[in-house]
Amino acid sequence: MNREPQTRPTSHVTAPRSVDDRPALRRENDTLIAHGSWTLEHVASLAASVDSLAASGRRLDFSGVTRLDASGALLLERLLRRSGAGADDTNLPAEWRRLFDAVDQSCDDVPQPRPATDPQWQQVLERIGRATVEVSSSSRELAGFLGLTVHRLGRTLLQPSRLRLTATVHHMEQTGLDAAPLLMLLASLVGAVIAFLGATVLRDFGAELFVVDLVTFAFVREFGVLLTAILLAGRTASAFCAQIGMMKSREEIDAIRTLGLDEVEVLVIPRLVALLITLPLLTFLATVSGLVGGLIVSVASLDLNLTMFLERVTQTLTLKHYLVGMIKAPIFAFVIALIGCLEGLRVSGTAQSVGEHTTTAVVRSLTMVIVINAIAAVYFMEINW
Amino acid sequence: MSAHAVMHRPADEPVIRVRGLVNRFGDTAVHEDLDLDVRAGEILGVVGGSGTGKSVLMRSILGLRRPTAGRIEVFGHAVSDAEAAREVTARRAGVLFQDGALFSSLTVLENVELPLKTHRPEISNQLRRDLARSKIQLAGLPAEAAERLPAELSGGMRKRAALARALAMEPELLFLDEPTAGLDPIGAADFDQLLKTLQRALELTVFLITHDLDTLYAICDRIAVLAEKKVIANAPLAEIERLDHRWVREYFHGPRARAVRRDAADSS
Repeated sequence: MNREPQTRPTSHVTAPRSVDDRPALRRENDTLIAHGSWTLEHVASLAASVDSLAASGRRLDFSGVTRLDASGALLLERLLRRSGAGADDTNLPAEWRRLFDAVDQSCDDVPQPRPATDPQWQQVLERIGRATVEVSSSSRELAGFLGLTVHRLGRTLLQPSRLRLTATVHHMEQTGLDAAPLLMLLASLVGAVIAFLGATVLRDFGAELFVVDLVTFAFVREFGVLLTAILLAGRTASAFCAQIGMMKSREEIDAIRTLGLDEVEVLVIPRLVALLITLPLLTFLATVSGLVGGLIVSVASLDLNLTMFLERVTQTLTLKHYLVGMIKAPIFAFVIALIGCLEGLRVSGTAQSVGEHTTTAVVRSLTMVIVINAIAAVYFMEINW
Repeated sequence: MSAHAVMHRPADEPVIRVRGLVNRFGDTAVHEDLDLDVRAGEILGVVGGSGTGKSVLMRSILGLRRPTAGRIEVFGHAVSDAEAAREVTARRAGVLFQDGALFSSLTVLENVELPLKTHRPEISNQLRRDLARSKIQLAGLPAEAAERLPAELSGGMRKRAALARALAMEPELLFLDEPTAGLDPIGAADFDQLLKTLQRALELTVFLITHDLDTLYAICDRIAVLAEKKVIANAPLAEIERLDHRWVREYFHGPRARAVRRDAADSS
């Protein structure tokens, strides 16, 4: 199988690289003469001379070409096309003919230029419009997904054997147990800061004891659950989205469907149930940690001791306050699990899409959590709870 | 020195020379004292059962994996010399990975432009786009495929796009890892023909890992058989078929090989 390519180069073996090898294009009368090595290395300078000389030539002479690759062939082809000379009278050395023909044939259809882009202001308007439509359609999608999930959840409650217990426990460990240490640290630090803040303001009125009220109310009603939800929106919504998104892009979701399984039941319900269980538990942990943080600051920098603190807590705290906080926990669990899973299911193919949807999942669940919390705060205030 | 020094080397000097290659993963040896030569201008088909280390061999030659022992030279440069290896893989060799390995966040055109942008910054944007488009068309893709993302292409088109990217730097040496895997027979045959045409037009040396008997019969000049941790044979197809080795017999004389040979005989 000794074919031409193997034998041809030997003809150059002895010839040292001469001046002739330097690529150039020059004009003699109405003939354009190309010689030297027309390769990718020199393509930038050659393209410039092709552009400036192409129109002025009537005839072409490629006989001086000593080396050609596909990039150089593209330029020769361009020269040929612009000058209007016939393909047969170029004197291209026979050894490069095959390469030139291959490039020439592939260039048959002239690539269409990029479509003209709209002016900047139009693009800005377009993006705003697109985003608006996207928001409305995605909220509709979320509502639909909520309905679907509630239906599947109801079915699972009626037939508890449908619940994937192993998966649920696995997600409880990941979203609950693994998050607990960090959450406790954060909550106690925030509790301490609130106590400090209260102390500085209330000391002027000689009302240091009310620091206890401040920390208690803040954590039992708002911060316990809010901190937990914020942490889980960052930690868990992103994890859910990335897990399901990778499965989506590897066609695992399609595999689930073709196996006669329901992706909501297999993937979403275990995650949702896990969060519904762990988020209230974590909320309780966060609340207690916040109170402990407040307690430490009160004992350390105010003239309070442990007994006084606890006494004050039992005096002010009623079941109502506790419920105001706790009732939000399952709602936030729903929001985080649903948005995380839905964004995961909306991933399409590329790795970039996984990234985009993960960002969306975190941003959207965070926003929802804070907005719902604000609405709830106003509501409970109005009904005097 | 110029990128085309290979043209001034004696024709019998191998482009790739592997001597005494040893690759171990923990205690299991994949290659033990392996030798291999790839000659200039040939298509070498590398075959072997699963787990015989075909891809590991390719990764070693490309310098993506540091072998446990042995010497690998590509264009006369030792691959263990990281600088030379990078120079070789980036400028003088093109690689088509098994699933294309196109960058999924870039369009096909941007994928092909990327190596040019990196290594030939002096080329103007317009010219670079034209060069990339020409490579895309050379790889047999329609012009409008250039603006698409890899995820929007079929498996066969993805392979072609990856081939266009591998050709972007005008390589002299092309590595292909199972280029026809996952393609339908017609698509695979087309791809074989495309490879053959390009190899002849661009005078490429091709290192081709494949399981596809059709590919072996249609385009390979020589076959290297990997078995028993070595290259047990490196010869034209006719010689390999006569080889008395259990795996080779099963591979080249099994029912599928017989069918392919019959077809090859019919068409000639």
